[in-house]
Parts: sequence; C-alpha cells; structure tokens
Amino acid sequence: MSFPWLTVLMVVPLVGAVLVAALPRSRPELAKWTALGVSLVSLGISLAVLAQFDLDSGGFQLSEQHEWIEPLGVHYALGVDGIGLTLILMTTILVPIVIVAGWNDADGARWSVKTFFALMLALEGLVIGVFAATDVFLFYVLFEAALVPAYFLIGGYGGARRSYAALKFLMFSLAGGLLMLASVIGMWVISSSQGDPSFLLADMKDLSVGTVEGRWLFLGFFIAFAVKAPMVPLHTWLPDAASAATPGTSVLLVSVLDKLGTFGMIRFCLGLFPEASEWASPVVITLAVISILYGALLAIGQDHMMRLIAFTSVSHFGFIVLGIFALTSQSASGSTFYMFNHGLSTAALFLIAGFLIQRRGSARISDFGGVQKIAPIMAGLFLIAGLASLSLPGLSTFVGEFLVLAGTFTRSTTAAVFATLGIVLAALYILLMYQRTMTGPLREDNRGVTDMVPREIVAIAPAVVLLIGLGLFPQPILDLVNPAVSETLEHVQVGDPEPKTPSFPIAEGSSK
Amino acid sequence: MSAVSVQAIVGAAPSPIEAPDVDYATISPLLIILGAAVLGVLVEAFVPRAYRFVTQIAVAVVGVVAAFVATVVVGAGLDTVDGEVTGRGGPTAMGSLSVDGPAVVTWAMLLFFGLLGVLLFAERRLDGGLSAFTSQASTPPGSADERHATRLRIEHSEVFPLAMFALGGMMFFASANDLLGMFVALEVLSLPLYLMCGLARRRRLLSQEAAMKYFLLGAFSSAFFLYGIAMVYGYAGSFGLAEISTAVSSQIGGQNLLLAGMALILVGLLFKVAAVPFHAWTPDVYQGAPTPVTAFMAAGTKAAAFVAMLRIFFVAFGGARWDWAPAVWAIAIITMLFGAIASIAQTDVKRMLAYSSIAHAGFLLVGMAGLTSGDGVTSVSAVLFYLVAYGAAAIGAFAVVTLVRDAGGETTHLGRWAGLGKESPVLAVAFTIFLLSFAGIPLTGGFISKWSVFAAAWDGGAWPLVVVGVVASALALFFYIRVVVLLFFAPPQGDGPTVAVPSPLTWSVVAITVAVTIVLGVLPGPLLDLVQQAGAFVR
Repeated sequence: MSFPWLTVLMVVPLVGAVLVAALPRSRPELAKWTALGVSLVSLGISLAVLAQFDLDSGGFQLSEQHEWIEPLGVHYALGVDGIGLTLILMTTILVPIVIVAGWNDADGARWSVKTFFALMLALEGLVIGVFAATDVFLFYVLFEAALVPAYFLIGGYGGARRSYAALKFLMFSLAGGLLMLASVIGMWVISSSQGDPSFLLADMKDLSVGTVEGRWLFLGFFIAFAVKAPMVPLHTWLPDAASAATPGTSVLLVSVLDKLGTFGMIRFCLGLFPEASEWASPVVITLAVISILYGALLAIGQDHMMRLIAFTSVSHFGFIVLGIFALTSQSASGSTFYMFNHGLSTAALFLIAGFLIQRRGSARISDFGGVQKIAPIMAGLFLIAGLASLSLPGLSTFVGEFLVLAGTFTRSTTAAVFATLGIVLAALYILLMYQRTMTGPLREDNRGVTDMVPREIVAIAPAVVLLIGLGLFPQPILDLVNPAVSETLEHVQVGDPEPKTPSFPIAEGSSK
Repeated sequence: MSAVSVQAIVGAAPSPIEAPDVDYATISPLLIILGAAVLGVLVEAFVPRAYRFVTQIAVAVVGVVAAFVATVVVGAGLDTVDGEVTGRGGPTAMGSLSVDGPAVVTWAMLLFFGLLGVLLFAERRLDGGLSAFTSQASTPPGSADERHATRLRIEHSEVFPLAMFALGGMMFFASANDLLGMFVALEVLSLPLYLMCGLARRRRLLSQEAAMKYFLLGAFSSAFFLYGIAMVYGYAGSFGLAEISTAVSSQIGGQNLLLAGMALILVGLLFKVAAVPFHAWTPDVYQGAPTPVTAFMAAGTKAAAFVAMLRIFFVAFGGARWDWAPAVWAIAIITMLFGAIASIAQTDVKRMLAYSSIAHAGFLLVGMAGLTSGDGVTSVSAVLFYLVAYGAAAIGAFAVVTLVRDAGGETTHLGRWAGLGKESPVLAVAFTIFLLSFAGIPLTGGFISKWSVFAAAWDGGAWPLVVVGVVASALALFFYIRVVVLLFFAPPQGDGPTVAVPSPLTWSVVAITVAVTIVLGVLPGPLLDLVQQAGAFVR
C-alpha cells in the first residue's frame, strides 16, 4: 500500500488544531507560531502531493479507499484530480497567509487566541478533505462539518453583528445542506436498487438515473452549492458574514469555503447528473449573469469596504458558475483557473482592507481619503489587488475570466455579452474605492494611518507574486486543470461547439 | 343450592390442566427485571432506612446488568428463520411472547436506557445529599410535614422498584405477541411512570399536575387501545397477532370492524409515542416530572411503544397496509412540522426537549412508512437504530438539565442558560453535541439515524415524506442552533447559570451518552449491522 498522502494532508491541520487548542491559554504567541508552523507543514505536504501528481495520466490519483460504514456502502475514499489539487493548493497557500496577516486579530477578543487559530486549522483540514473526497457520503459529511469551525470563527471573533451574521451563514448553509442530504439519500436508494449500495463517486457515476429523478436530485445538490457559491438570490448571507467577521475569516469564507460550492458543481452536478446539468444550464447561466451584474452594481453602491468586497465576490462567483455551466472545455478550465486566482486576489483585497480598517477604526469608504500619501506600500499593494480583482490583463485573474468569456461566447453570445459588462462594472467599483480611499488630499483624521509593517508585507507578498506570475505564465496551472476538466465534460457528453468565424460573402472575382 | 352447583362442576369430568410449556431461559431477561422489581419491594419493606437507598440501587443495577447479559445470551442463541424475509427467534411462552431479533435488540436498548436512568435516579449530591425525589409524596407541598420528612431524611426509594416494573413492562410491550398481552404490558409500563412523575422534590405542584394529566390522558388512551383490541377481536376472533394477520389477509369480512379497531389501536399507541394530535400531555409531563424520570421516560417509552407499534402494524395488520399507511403518512407530516415549529417558540429547556421529542416521533413515523422487507435499510432496522441514537442523546440532554441549577433547584428557563459555555465549557459542549444529534448534523448519531429512516422511507416509495422531513429538519435546526448561540455567544444574565458538581453517577451518564452519540455518528457500522441482522418480526 502506498503512502496515504492525502490522509496525511488532511489530518496534519486537524491534529494541529487539536494541538493548538491544547496549548495553555496564557501563551498566545506560542499558539500563533505553532499554527503557522502547522500551516507551513501542510503547504509543504501539498507541494509534495503536487510533485507526485502525474500530469499525463488523468483521473483520480493518489487514491485511498477503505470501507467505512459497510451496511450503507460508505467508504473512506480520497483522491485528487487536477481540479481538486488546484483548490487544495490554493487552500494550503492561503492559510499561512491568513495566519500571518491575522496575527493580532484575535487579541482582545472574547474568546481565546489559541481557539481562533485552532479553528482556522480545523477548517483547513476539513476543506482539504472535501476537495479530496471521492465518496459522496464522505463529501457530504465533511462539507457540513466544515461549517462548524467557520461558524465559530465568525461568531466568536467578529465585529458587532457577528452573532447574527454567524447564525445567518449557518442557517443558509445548513438549509442548503439538508436539500443535498435529500438528494444523497435519493442517490443511495437508486444505488441500492441497482445492486449493492455504494457511495463511491466512480460507482455512482455509472448508475442509470431516470431523467426526472436525475433532475430533482440535481436540484438538491445544486441549491446547496449555489448557497455556498453564493449565487443570487441565495447570496445574502455573504455580505453580512464578511462585514462582521475578521478579515482573515472573510478570506477563508470567500476564498476557500465558498469554492466548495463551485467545486461541488463541477464534480457532483456535472459528474453525477450530466443530463440534468445540460437541462438546467440555460437557467443557471441566466442566474450566473444576474449574479455578475447584480453583485457588481451593489458593490458600486457600498460604502462599507468589506461589504463591497463581498459583493465583488458575488459577481466573480457568477463568472465561475457561468464558466462551469457554459459546458465548454475552455470556459470550465477558465472557471477552475479563476477559482484559484480569485482566491488569491480576494484574499489580498480583504486583508489589505482589513489593515486599513484596523488603523482607521472605520470600514466606511467615506471616512478615508489620501491614504496613499502616508502609506504608499499599502496603497500600491491595494491597487494591485484591486486590479487583479477587476481582471487587468497581465494578472492571472484575467486569464481565467477571459477563458470563461471566450468559452461562453461559443455557447451563448447573449450571456457572454452581458457578462462582459460585469468587467466594465468591476473597473468602476474597484477604481472608485481606490480613488476615494487612497487618492486626493490627505484627510486630517487619516493621519493616524501608518504604512504596512513587515509582517503584513510578508503576508501579502506571496499572493501578489502569484497573481503576477500566473498572469504571465498561466500554463502550469492550466496543465494541471485541463485534463480533469475535459474528462468531466466528456462525461457530460457535450462537445465544444464549433467556433463560428463570421463569414462575409465574397463577391465573385473580387480576389483578383 | 350451592351443594348442587358444586356437584355439577365436579360431575363435569374435569379435564386435566396442562402445565404451560415455557422456555424460561429465553424469557429470562424479562424475569430477571421483574424479579428485581419484586425484590425491590421486599427491600423497601424489610431493609432499615439507613441502608435502603443504597440497597435499592444495588438491586436495580445488578438486575439490569444481569438482564442485559441474559439478553445477549438469548440474542446470540436465536435460530434463524427463513421465509419470505429473514428473521430470528420466534414465539415462545405459548405464543404470548415473540422473542425475535427486533425484540432482543429492543430489550438490550431498553436495559441500556434503564441503567442510565437508574444512575440518574441514584444521584444525591446535587441537592445537598437528597435525591431528586420528594421525601414523602403524601405530604402537601411546602407543609411542615414535608419539612419534617426531609429532616428525617425519609426517601422515596420506591422509585427503583417502580422503574424496574416500568422497564419490565416496556420489555414485555416490545415483545408481546398478542394484543391482550400488549395491553397488560402497556399498563405495567404506564402505571409506575404516572406515579414517578408526581414525585419531584422541587416544584411539587407542577409535578403533581403533570402526574395527574399524564394519568388521565394515559387512561383515556389505554381505553382507546382496549376498545380497539375488542373490535379487532370481534373481527378476527383472536388476540394473537399471527391469527389476526391470517384473518386480515384472507379478508374474512366485516372490514369496518377491522378499520375501526386499527384506528383505535393506532390512537392508543400514538399517544404513547407523543405524535400530533395526541401529544398534548408531552410538554407538561416532561416539564413537571423529576428530570431523571423524564430522561428515562423519554427514551424508554418511546422505544417500547414504537417497537410495539411496528410489531402490531407490520405483523398483524401488514395485510391492510394500504388502509393504515395514509394515516401514518398524514400523522408523520403533521407531527414533524408541528414539533419543529412549536419548539421554536419554547423558552423552557425541558419543554423544548419535549417538543423535540414530538418532532422525533414524526421522523420515526417516516421510518415506519418505509420499506418493510429487503436487504437494505428496512423500516424496522432504521427505527431501531434511530431509537438507540435518540434515546442516548435524550437521556444525556436531560442529565445535563439536572446539573444546571440555581437556589431553587434546576433552572430550566432558557434565558438562564445564556453563557453556559463560559461557566462550564465541558457541559456546554456535551449539550451542544446532543442538540446537534437531535438536529441531525453529520458525525453524530442523529445524522445516521435520520439518514436511515429517510432512506428506508424513500426505498418504500415515501419520498414525499422525506421531502417534508428535510424541511422540518431545517426548521428545527433553527431552534437548536439558537440554543447553541445562547450557550456560547449570549452574555449571561445576572451571575449566569451555576453548574452543580455532581457525583460520578451523573458524570458517567453524560460521558456515556456523549460517547454513544459520537460513536454512532462516526462508526455506525456495527450497530447498523446488528439491527439489520436482527431481521424482521417473527410471529
């Protein structure tokens, strides 16, 4: 039996969480360093996993499989394809960033510092498990279990309305989760009616699901993922959660946890219900376009910085979902690539905004002005993060968004045209925010704002480097993602539409 | 005159009375428990007061453990019965008891609950060396007599034999193979519980009111049950479940009699499991009864009554499934929704748990509407699993309730529980685990149990019930989570709740139930296997 890399990758943060939680309450610094150490070890392991991943042979790799609940056909089964591995990498990269950036976030909170970092590590471990699970039941269990640390992270360490925000987050997610539970049970019933029940993804893909049943079951999964993603009209929990939580928590919520939704769409909606996915794609594409535009418009109207960033994410998740349900290999690769980069860009944005808010003591954009004069490094990094968010060419987010749009064009021109408007609006909300906070004359009450300290720079730097680097050389990640995406789409059995070049009638003899 | 009649009787050639052929080994768990109950009564009469309480505990614990061992032995020796569906064991004691797979599993489960209950009953450290039960039930609450009795350390150690009788009744109820036996079992289990409900040391009036309510409504429901039995007897000409089943499948006429009988029996049983609209007693009784009794009752009665209900309706009325299934569907839907919605409005912990118990009755009914036979998750196995998981969590939750106190005894108002997470993190986490299990969150026993009843129901074609069940779960979730928020995030009122330091008895109950709840969530395989191996009812 080969070395269980994925189990180790999942268990290390979880064990780290227990370890950090067990440290004495009186030594918060020790807890922070331990947490950082554990997260770096996880990062190392994930890189080792990457090194072993064979790009040429697709499918699930590094698989592990053990019987778990034998009577129900539940297995403890892990495995990664390119999509899962990309998102695992994103997670393991972001957690150390968040820990360093949020070094002092939990100081003075009602709950202890060590619990804050322990919850972060617990969330990391569970999320890695979700990305690696190849058993539907295991996926569901970890998917739900990841809510618990997230809930306590919001509810224990946020701002004034944290309790409300945490409850809203949990209720939305759990309600969606219960619908998914109904679908999971339905899948099991179908599976047990066609032989021995098994929850393995590979076995479930081979089930013959009736058209009508398949569509209903698809809906159960899809709604759960749409809540997580978050898509309009199920997005309302996100702005509340992001504005109440600490910046680090917001990053984990938006950049990592929400990716479970879009990841689930690719792996389970497309993977298990190809027919239903195609059937639903017009509606989903419409909703995705609405998310793009609505999120962008609301973002323009926000005065609260964290809410603004949350709404930009609603808009960006619209792009991701659009790319997935356009059902072309280009757009789906773009979506996966974009998931990775959106994680980085949003993390940078949230964290830098968090630094600003912490210094000024207010999250209102109207309370800022001219900060660039006294905090040039912060302003510069904020601008890069913002430009990444609006997908400036040269930054990695552009590649993803471009692929999504290019793929969508071949499927539905209308959707693509409307979605492109989202990019224009993105320029508006990002640049307006930058302009109002950073440029102009320095306001008197902004004098207290200091520039970023080395710790903060160290935290943000990796994200910015990756954003620029992958913008110039996106191929490594695309190579990782492409085989998995095309496998998924083959399963859906939708070929890429032939790209249509506009044909102009050429008059006889005109070429002479 | 009398001489003549005596003559007549003697003259009528007396037929020899045949000694019934009873396999005592097979029914030994039942006999041990009832023996422990009788022994307890004798202890009450002859053992000096100073040693009585301890002796009673010893008798009860030894009895329960011995019965458990006997159950395991009986269970291991059950013969496999092959038929349309696989079963194990079969009727014994002249056909009046059916010691089959489900019966043995239920016995083991009830004995487990009984042991936990006895441990809670025995707790005397919480209230300054006094048990949760009144010194003298006959004295008026607050009177000088009562204080006098308290000073003398008079104790109602009768609760232990009463609990043993109730436990014996529950075990009998779950395995009775004819309707008359079931009725007797129902009374044997109910009467001691009525009495125990009225024995609370604190809030005596509330407790007595609860006992009265429970008794009156319980008596009503028994009457319904008995009337139903009479009608079914009129239809089938027998009390035996097997004979009734034959009569039902051959449709010997007089369907109205059968329908009326089934309906009345269903009412009687639904009362016991606290399904809407026969639930009205539940919140009051759960709230008023001494909390250890509530714990024992919530887990035990529900388990016994559900297994009995499944037995009657699957074995005797299995042929008339299409007549009773719609009623079960309707009641399951109302019960789930009502229980979930009503629990949202509760401000008292015990009442909240009562409404949650109502909602759980609804989920169990969903399981009952499911697949009756097959290899996968059947109704019987799903319900059995559910009962174990629910019972353990319920006993644990009530055990926590006994620990959160102020000067006036247990403080059950939810507002007073705010900030428990700070006062006693361990207890708050334990209570949270129970709530999460009630809510059906993964990695707790409640999840797997909800999962299996839903799967059984869907497999049996009852997918609309699954959908309603999911909606009801979402509603109920809101409430459970609100309590969690209260425990961990709300600022405490005044000094906050105080957590009494209990003896190892209560701690061990909390620890065992937490462990069971988690193990059933993480590694449910063995128990699932067991309940599936138990097979179907054998008549």
